[in-house]
Amino acid sequence: MTELAIRVQGLSKLYRIGERQRYKSLREIIMRTLAAPFRAGERHPPETIWALDDVSFEVMRGEVLGVIGRNGAGKSTLLKILSRITEPTRGRVEVYGRVGSLLEVGTGFHPELTGRENIYLNGAILGMKRAEIERKFDEIVAFAEVERFLDTPVKHFSTGMYLRLAFAVAAHLEPEILLVDEVLAVGDASFQKKCLGKMEQVGQEGRTVVFVSHSMSAVTRLCGRGLLLDAGRVMLDGLADQVAATYMRSDLGTTAARRWDDASKAPGDESVRLRAVRIRTREGTVTDVVDIDDPVAVEMEYDVLRPGEVLVPNLHFFNEEGTCVFVLHDSDPVWRRRGRPVGRYISKAWIPGNLLAEGTLVVGAAVSKHNPLVIHFFERDAVAFQVVDNSATVSARGDYAGFMPGLVRPLVPWETDFAPIGDPRGVAPEERGR
Amino acid sequence: MNSAEPLPLVVIEPTRRAAALRLGELWAYRELLYFLVWRDVKVRYKQTALGAAWAILQPLMTAAVFTIFFGRLAGIASDGLPYPLFSYTGLLVWTFFSQGLSQSSNSVVGSAQLITKVYFPRLVIPIAAVLSGLVDLAVALPVLAAMMWYYGIWPGVAVLAMPFLALLALVAATGVGLWLSALNVEYRDVRYVVPFLVQLWLFVTPVIYPANILAPRLQRLGLPAWLWGVNPMAGVVEGFRWAVLDAPTSPGPLIAASTVTGLALLLSGAWYFRRVERSFADVV
Repeated sequence: MTELAIRVQGLSKLYRIGERQRYKSLREIIMRTLAAPFRAGERHPPETIWALDDVSFEVMRGEVLGVIGRNGAGKSTLLKILSRITEPTRGRVEVYGRVGSLLEVGTGFHPELTGRENIYLNGAILGMKRAEIERKFDEIVAFAEVERFLDTPVKHFSTGMYLRLAFAVAAHLEPEILLVDEVLAVGDASFQKKCLGKMEQVGQEGRTVVFVSHSMSAVTRLCGRGLLLDAGRVMLDGLADQVAATYMRSDLGTTAARRWDDASKAPGDESVRLRAVRIRTREGTVTDVVDIDDPVAVEMEYDVLRPGEVLVPNLHFFNEEGTCVFVLHDSDPVWRRRGRPVGRYISKAWIPGNLLAEGTLVVGAAVSKHNPLVIHFFERDAVAFQVVDNSATVSARGDYAGFMPGLVRPLVPWETDFAPIGDPRGVAPEERGR
Repeated sequence: MNSAEPLPLVVIEPTRRAAALRLGELWAYRELLYFLVWRDVKVRYKQTALGAAWAILQPLMTAAVFTIFFGRLAGIASDGLPYPLFSYTGLLVWTFFSQGLSQSSNSVVGSAQLITKVYFPRLVIPIAAVLSGLVDLAVALPVLAAMMWYYGIWPGVAVLAMPFLALLALVAATGVGLWLSALNVEYRDVRYVVPFLVQLWLFVTPVIYPANILAPRLQRLGLPAWLWGVNPMAGVVEGFRWAVLDAPTSPGPLIAASTVTGLALLLSGAWYFRRVERSFADVV
């Protein structure tokens, strides 16, 4: 059956952002009207952003489409438009069939109502008819495993029970087209497993599903097709495995690279502007996971805009708790105390293997002038990466498998002297008299 | 899945012209409307310590206070009816209206969670807020019957007009509610204006006093007596008293004027609401 389920043509959505408040008050309107004659010429055009920019694609009946992209790519906006929650600014969408939207789990749940009452309420909100809810009531309760708590107000539920119940109701929606937005991101491991299982089942039943997620494993497991969005545009439209792999390989999906395309908005001043920060392996690949024994490079790309500047790039490393692990200054003799010509620079700092501790490291990038101290920019959370220590690598862990504290974990040479017992040579000099 | 029957097609596009009312869609979502009303009523009755009793006590206590200060001390006329009964009847239907206004004005903003996550015709929200007041009205009616039995006042044939008047009250409350709830999304301080508005409206409506004390003033200004009916609640309250208590007024022209204004409010409210509805999810 290759019938069309969804056709999206040239979809675009414009949002207003900036200092203008999202809502006004009558008082403001009145004051502004009264003061208007005195403030001619002060109009600021509102800042806008295209959350979606000319998006086009088609979904066939029975397909499971995974939509991926980093935060702000437009994935949720796309789902909102398909769910008719918000209107497009331009473009057209044709949807063939009833749509069920799962943009959030537990929409409309009221804490004062009991589990039973909330099942009816939530079901009605999601679009189920009363007869349908009654028919599926027992199934829903069994899926959520909350038989004993049906008549307790939901405010007494634990978070786990709440999520299970909310998902149970939503999971029993039977529309022709299902739109799902990262609902799997909440809850504990067993809940996520349950959700994934149900999603798989829904896909196998032949329903059309559009699934937005950050979890590549979920996307490759559940979806046949993938759509990669970035900054509101379609980057790639193809097989889910391939799209997911492209996303992982590029610096779009990772925290290990950050770019500032718009120089006027990039961190810095008239002397220096930061353009990008990246984490690279020895081979040059951008990565957000490194082995503890591999050297890792942190690279800073910046534009020097005025000639003759003496600049010191520096990198600040913080652990998950925000404690500073160490700070690196570029004191390499090449540019030390030398004025730099205007141009684009890439400074790379090599951290040797077996120095960093396991865990997440957040890197802040800065460029400053010393004596007197001038900080041209300090981008605190520029990039982040993870250091992992598996048993195959040679590291300071040795055979110890437990938790090792410490801000750093250097692998250092140890010296041990040895002599068997009874041999006078082996006795320490202070003890020889006894 | 059978591909034989054609599946419903929905086209999503930016709305250019004025949005249609789409009453058919509203009817399709009537079950949701029912559930929202049921939710509001259930929650309201669970949360207040007095529960359903509050629906009775509120108009009753207000009527008691009015009787003392307006009926006795100020000596306001009451169409020949005992003042407590006079004021209670008016207050019954007035409370429904004022509750409807307060509940609906913040209803859309208060449902922000729903609006940003689920699709349904947004008109359902303020309508549900107003409808939930009908339950309170129904709960307080037996007390009215008890009072009428106590004073020995029985309704005449005019009581048949009561459902129509209740409907008119519903229309007026919904109309204003639609305006307020839609305005409140864009201008958040509207909800602070509402209590003030309701208070003023109470004094402008013949709840505390009968409408016929205004007639001579209007005549002196050369205006018709039914002009007061421009306030839709004037027709409702006067009419309610006439229908239920067989008051010796003939509020026909007043009711007619109120019906016109009430309908105008409803239609204009629905028009404005539908016009700004498309930006709700973005602004709320």
